[in-house]
Amino acid sequence: MTTFQPVLLEAVGVAGSHTLASYRSRGGYAPLERMLKEKQPVDVIELVKSSGLRGRGGAGFPTGLKWTFLPKDHPGPIYLCINADESEPGTFNNRILMEDDPHQVIEGIILSAYATRATTAYLYLRYEYPQCWDRLQGAIDEAYAAGLLGKNIQGSGFSLDLYLHRGAAAYICGEETGLIESLEGKRAWPRIKPPFPAIEGLFRKPTVVNNIETMACVAQIARRGVEWFRSIGVPSDPNNPRDPGSYGPKLYCLSGHVERPGCYEAPLGITARQLIDGQGGGVWKGRKAKAVIPGGISMGLMTEAELDTPLDFAGPGKVGCLGLGTAAVVVIDETVSIVDFLHNSCRFFAHESCGQCTPCREGTAWSLRMLERIRAGKGRLKDLDLLAEIGNTMGMMPGSTICGLADGAAWPIKNAIKKFRGEFEDYIKRTNPSGWMVTDPVPALPIVGAH
Amino acid sequence: MITTQRILTPEMVAQIEALAPRYPNRRALTLPALHIVNDCLRYVPFEAVVEVAQLLGLAPAEVQDTLSFYQFFPQDKPSGRTRAWVCRSVSCALRGGEEILDHICHAAGIDPYGTTTDGALTVEPAECLGACDFAPCMLAGKTLHKNLTKESAEAFVRDARSPAGIPS
Repeated sequence: MTTFQPVLLEAVGVAGSHTLASYRSRGGYAPLERMLKEKQPVDVIELVKSSGLRGRGGAGFPTGLKWTFLPKDHPGPIYLCINADESEPGTFNNRILMEDDPHQVIEGIILSAYATRATTAYLYLRYEYPQCWDRLQGAIDEAYAAGLLGKNIQGSGFSLDLYLHRGAAAYICGEETGLIESLEGKRAWPRIKPPFPAIEGLFRKPTVVNNIETMACVAQIARRGVEWFRSIGVPSDPNNPRDPGSYGPKLYCLSGHVERPGCYEAPLGITARQLIDGQGGGVWKGRKAKAVIPGGISMGLMTEAELDTPLDFAGPGKVGCLGLGTAAVVVIDETVSIVDFLHNSCRFFAHESCGQCTPCREGTAWSLRMLERIRAGKGRLKDLDLLAEIGNTMGMMPGSTICGLADGAAWPIKNAIKKFRGEFEDYIKRTNPSGWMVTDPVPALPIVGAH
Repeated sequence: MITTQRILTPEMVAQIEALAPRYPNRRALTLPALHIVNDCLRYVPFEAVVEVAQLLGLAPAEVQDTLSFYQFFPQDKPSGRTRAWVCRSVSCALRGGEEILDHICHAAGIDPYGTTTDGALTVEPAECLGACDFAPCMLAGKTLHKNLTKESAEAFVRDARSPAGIPS
């Protein structure tokens, strides 16, 4: 495979890459200035739509299409929210973009605001990224001073204010309506949809919520054009009229048991094996992979045999995973007990469930209590059926919750039990030789704290 | 005796008010205001909640409702001069994050979420810090500690508890 020349990560590792001068020297903001002069907002929407760009935050919704859901001729204000609450375990691509090339992100934000006619943009940044905060604030100050933000940008008549808003360490704020509620000063309980944010979002006004990497892609599409973007990735399936394809470069976060963890840019559709063996330098210590998370912990697990799955928007779903998610690939080597992995996953979701919907609040906590009991040597084979049942019944897909957090909690459970059932059974029989076959109800266990 | 001492200083109020033009209503200032108080005091006592509510024209219960949701702002007593979050999510856990958390707590003589008796250090488990390329990692104040080992974790605890402390 020929090596792919990074575009989104072009400036990473370059001294001073976060400054306006550095970004300008790489051709930055020139496309914005050209667009503001020559193009109407509707042209920018058309540009992004025809590029086939799909949202990079996890759901993969076509970005241009999302923008067209805004009401036409709305008197305003329309808001743009930038989702930088990157909290999915294994994911750090947005951190790198914000730290090393914040102006690329800001150019994308200005273009997106121009396209959507938003005059105020809020960048919701997770608390855990203090360096991103400093870099972004510095870049925003530079952009204001250079007339790239504020009133009448570059004499175009278009005005935009961009503000940073600090989160407070809650995973649910990455759900777009949870983010909106949090920004409004409330607990971050996701809203029932419809109405979708495009119709009634932040402060009850039409709102678009986009991810940081999506913004960087918008800036690059404006600079390099639709043809360039569509020349990378996986075209839509001609036999499936509903497949929008997987175009463009993607930032893959590789972590866990690999020799060289890091954020790597590659064309959408690279396989997990290529990524791990190529960029990642292979599984660490010469071991074999037992399982690999394809795109953040909520996407579930691939087995070693499934590693040739292409990591595009359609790929991981074909092997029973939830989807591409954030493209955060986490390698779990053969020495790890899958029971320990699932315990870690269940603990995360029990802690991060917002508590609004009963199936998620109770399901995540119940699954964690069961995993704690199994690890304490009191597991029963019946628990595996119960875990699978919890996995099958909580979430938006079975229709029992408002947002997708529960689906994300369910997928690792379902995948682990289905793909590694033998290991669970062996573990339970080995650690609970006298009680593994019992099917009586178990006494209640202490309630775990939740968020 | 009823104390009339206010928790929010004029500086804090000025910082909060400076952000007001950014938002179309004052409720949206809740989280920024709580951060400003917490940055100054390292906790947000109930009295401060009442004062923030008064400042923003909200019921104290509304502010408390938001505050308690995040489980981020201590309310009973200030966190240590250095507040450290040790990641325990999957990528760090695979590379020994949980052992590092245990080790730091042991070295500091506290349980997770505890504060050392000298008030120097609070250690909390964290969910993914978004620095999986540097697993196992920890965020202490504004500093990300990368690729932690038992040795570097012990050195961190020593530095945090030294008279000079760690600048945040």
